[in-house]
Amino acid sequence: MSDLHTVNKSPFEKNSLESCLRLSRAGSVILLYEDAVYAALKGTAVENMITSVVGDRKVYVLGPDYKARGLDESRIIDGVEVVDYAGFVDLVDTNDKVQAWV
Amino acid sequence: MKFSIQVNEGPYQHQASDSAYQFTKAALEKGHECFRVFFYHDGVLNGTRLTTPPQDDRNIVNNWTELAEKYDLDLVVCVAAAQRRGIVDEGEAERNGKDATNIAPRFRISGLGQLVEAAIQSDRLVVFGD
Repeated sequence: MSDLHTVNKSPFEKNSLESCLRLSRAGSVILLYEDAVYAALKGTAVENMITSVVGDRKVYVLGPDYKARGLDESRIIDGVEVVDYAGFVDLVDTNDKVQAWV
Repeated sequence: MKFSIQVNEGPYQHQASDSAYQFTKAALEKGHECFRVFFYHDGVLNGTRLTTPPQDDRNIVNNWTELAEKYDLDLVVCVAAAQRRGIVDEGEAERNGKDATNIAPRFRISGLGQLVEAAIQSDRLVVFGD
């Protein structure tokens, strides 16, 4: 029994990622896509937000959106996994609910 | 599994229409079922056939129409959101005294009840938008 939380806005633009991390339960799954992929980068001012939850929540980043922004996969925070659109579909399939933090 | 999709953002605005399209396509290619795609708020702008992007750009409206033709999708535009934004089919043109229609092929205009029904009838409702 787990929930999928999707976040699509940059943490430097909106506080939806912060709300998601604050309100999602341990065991939840989080997918960063569109501009939220910036949150998956090492060395940013919000890196700690992600590193502090990768222990009890599973964090994914959408690879096509990440690459479309010219970012290198070597800069992804440890513990964050890359998925493609088919993987996005699988995450929706295998979790019980989907909460979009639009 | 049976999915429904909600799109709250217009095409070419940010990325939600593209994400929703790519997600829906990937789900259908994996053999899942799509009960309905519901276009709400600025998302109704995905349903005008008058859209004419540059030739080297993706045509989001045509992409939806083609996907709907291939998989017999139900593309529903919210009527109240459509009236505000000038998305018109023949019924709406007649009802509101308009001189033209612009609804894209395979789209239809209906009410919010269609979204509620989609949420009830589907295993998952996935929301894209701002």
